[in-house]
Amino acid sequence: MNEPIEREEYRPSGADLAPKLRDQEVGRTVVSARIPLSRADLVAYAGASGDHNPIHWNERFAREVGLDDVIAHGMLSMGSVLARITEWAADPGAIVDCRTRFTAPVVVADAASGSPDTPTAYLDMAAVVGAIDDEAGIVRLDISVSCGEDTVLGRTQAKVRLA
Amino acid sequence: MAVNTELQGASYALPEPYEVSREAIIEFARATGAQNRAHRSAAAAAEFGYADVVAPPTFAVIPSQRAEALYISNPEAGIDFSRVVHGSEQFTYTRPIVAGDRLNAVCHVDGLREAGGHAMITTRTELTDANSDDAPVVTVTSTIVVRGEEA
Repeated sequence: MNEPIEREEYRPSGADLAPKLRDQEVGRTVVSARIPLSRADLVAYAGASGDHNPIHWNERFAREVGLDDVIAHGMLSMGSVLARITEWAADPGAIVDCRTRFTAPVVVADAASGSPDTPTAYLDMAAVVGAIDDEAGIVRLDISVSCGEDTVLGRTQAKVRLA
Repeated sequence: MAVNTELQGASYALPEPYEVSREAIIEFARATGAQNRAHRSAAAAAEFGYADVVAPPTFAVIPSQRAEALYISNPEAGIDFSRVVHGSEQFTYTRPIVAGDRLNAVCHVDGLREAGGHAMITTRTELTDANSDDAPVVTVTSTIVVRGEEA
């Protein structure tokens, strides 16, 4: 009868799955995604973030302050975009700096029928390597974010520390 | 209502530290579609050397907006919140936020100027580690625009 062979099982840890600095190339797209948004998403974000401004969930109020309809929290758009970057980076703590400008509102209409979690707006994002700082071990991602024809987040950048 | 430009340089501190819980991190991650396991599992976070689950990078907006609100909703500030538009946001991390952190937050009114009937206000909120001599954790810089009556 064979003795069981003792060996260390290889299991990749999170750090092994992280992208490596040496593999990065300026100009390369590393993340592209389409992010759906529904009214239910806005309500969930209001609860999670503590930002209960009614322009993000009440149509009448939004119109009274001059908006076309309910709009997404700018920070929901930013957070949803960064979520795709932290997925790519593997280590969420690798994001050492991130910034954006809110250039146009993202209107999230009530779904005409069906469940309120039916998406009615989509963010299209692409993250491109903009610069590599070998000494600091940091890549700068330049991220474009649009909704339909509009750029909704401008000059969006994330600096990510990579090994 | 006119924005009070004399408050440039003023600062507003949360009276108590913001206590970061696993539940708040998980709820925020879910609300922003953040799938990274390190937001949910302490074991996954430990693979990167963290003591507990790691917050998404924009999680810092929770304590920073609370500190900003001390300024924005102060009647002295002269800000009509229904006319406020968020202009920009930046997070600069010294270290990531993890569950169990107790964060002090001080909001500084760094810039306050009026142009074309609008007011543009820049705040900088410093989040520091209340458990560790207020060591820096993250700086949150935010600009808001208060639209003029005619806009």
